[in-house]
Amino acid sequence: MKKDILLLKGNEAIAEAAIRAGADAYFGYPITPQSEVLEYLMLEKPEERTGMVVLQAESELAAINMVFGAASAGRKVITSSSSPGVSLYQEGISYIAGAELPCVIVNIVRGGPGLGTIQPSQADYFQSTKGGGHGDYHLLVLAPASVQEMADFVKLGFELAFKYRNPVMILSDGLIGQIMEKVELFEQVDRATEFDQSWVTTGKTPDRERNIITSLNLQSVMQEKHNFKLQAKYKKMQSEVRFEEIECEDAEYLMVAYGSSARVCQKTVQLARDKGIKAGLLRPITLYPYPSGKLNEMADRVKGMLSVEMSAGQMVEDVRLAVNGKIPVEHYGRFGGMVHSPREVLEALEEKIVKK
Amino acid sequence: MKMEVQDISKQIIDPKNLVYDRSPLMTDNVLTYCPGCGHGVVHHLMAEVIDEMGIQSETIGVAPVGCSVLAYEFLDVDWLQAPHGRAPAVATGLKRIMPEKYIFTYQGDGDLAAIGTGETIHACNRGEHITIIFINNGIYGMTGGQMAPTTLPGMATSTSPYGRDVSTMGYPIKMTELVAQLPGTYYVTRQAVHKPGNVRKTKKAIQKAFENQKLKKGVSLVEVVSNCNNGWKMTPVKSNTWMEENMFPYYPLGDIKVDGELVK
Repeated sequence: MKKDILLLKGNEAIAEAAIRAGADAYFGYPITPQSEVLEYLMLEKPEERTGMVVLQAESELAAINMVFGAASAGRKVITSSSSPGVSLYQEGISYIAGAELPCVIVNIVRGGPGLGTIQPSQADYFQSTKGGGHGDYHLLVLAPASVQEMADFVKLGFELAFKYRNPVMILSDGLIGQIMEKVELFEQVDRATEFDQSWVTTGKTPDRERNIITSLNLQSVMQEKHNFKLQAKYKKMQSEVRFEEIECEDAEYLMVAYGSSARVCQKTVQLARDKGIKAGLLRPITLYPYPSGKLNEMADRVKGMLSVEMSAGQMVEDVRLAVNGKIPVEHYGRFGGMVHSPREVLEALEEKIVKK
Repeated sequence: MKMEVQDISKQIIDPKNLVYDRSPLMTDNVLTYCPGCGHGVVHHLMAEVIDEMGIQSETIGVAPVGCSVLAYEFLDVDWLQAPHGRAPAVATGLKRIMPEKYIFTYQGDGDLAAIGTGETIHACNRGEHITIIFINNGIYGMTGGQMAPTTLPGMATSTSPYGRDVSTMGYPIKMTELVAQLPGTYYVTRQAVHKPGNVRKTKKAIQKAFENQKLKKGVSLVEVVSNCNNGWKMTPVKSNTWMEENMFPYYPLGDIKVDGELVK
């Protein structure tokens, strides 16, 4: 019997959690910095542990379409990749979202654009939270900030994916993917799901009409109707918003950061408070839905906000929309594979917010 | 006189005199294919095979992008509609998770031999235990008659209006011969459906391609060289003659690989 507390890399935690969450299949293609997911799965022989299928595809295009096929059977399917690979996923993700299939997609983000670097980045925020592929759709996006959350969000991801029949993205980065931390693993979950299976394509039996999984509607009025249905679902998904407040009660200045940046900012909060600056941190755990309501409420209590992300400024747009002009909102972040230090963030907080 | 005709028709529809019937697996939806096109015939053959094998409840089809994008409207089985060219990858996902089910893709030449070349070759190379039905009419029918990977040299299309110039546009690809070389394919054949004899042979090929899934020995691929009277700008009859005179010499009919062995 495996011990329930392990020292794992973030990527390995994803893999172990996938087996334990009762995943039926993983399809993927190697890309740094997330190849350990597929490596760990191949080494663990999940086909013997739980009956889970693991297959290395010939490309990301094939991998996401294998996910599409397996997910249509109403099974728990997971894949992982990193930025350039996730760009190739986008066509398939759009189809999966359009056809309303559940699955979990992990993006261990690296610096871009193009082939970029293999170092951590948060520059895929727009792609992940605003749709990514063609058409009006959203993924439910979870942003882990520790190896523990990498494991926990796989299980949570499957639950949310089936609850809404919608793809869920775990948006992490090369830092969380590569660091090793202690993880307390949840117990083995059954592969079967308790969610509605009336829509699956597992073969038409005499007791039902044939099931068709498609994202095509040649009549535009029908496609609009389908889009209304999707939009209603996204509205319902807003109730899943999750965030963490760190030293927010008496904060005068608020940093907003997710994932790796939130870990850096947690230290910045300490450094700022040592200097007598009452800083706080709001960490969005879901990036879609976004904690806009909470930020709007916080804007009545703090003097300014600094959105800290390893990008040229993407999430800052959502912070500004949430705050709606009540207080100044600025962005700070290193990018292209560089990670800001807590002191760099503190300097930015003082320069851009506190001194203004 | 009128009475006589009615009497004859009664004799014909007497069940004991029926030679061919409409397959119960064909839905009542009106076919969206052009009159004269081969798609409808192949659909009916698949419906007959699935019905006669009694595997309706175990069969899942993967529809492509192209003229047959709506294939799921016509055959009464569970279906998925795949992104352009990705049907073999989608079928892989289905088959891997449900190895006992019958999984087939239905793809045109643009889907299988251009945008989906990678997925086709790798599904064949992995030896997925699936059936691929490949309709080759040498043109993109749905988008309005553009040049396909299988368009013949010199053949005029809307994107090769002066004829396919192989020096700049490349050569028509023989995907069926190509995948037959891979150890992951078990049965590879090329057929046609323009004459009753060919229809019967194609039905046998489709049946073998489905039955092979039980053996778990790899991909079974049936190419059907077909016409596109609309895209070729010909009458249905003329398009079939043109197909015999021009398509068949380049894409010769017959078995290419049977039971895992290349046909000499």
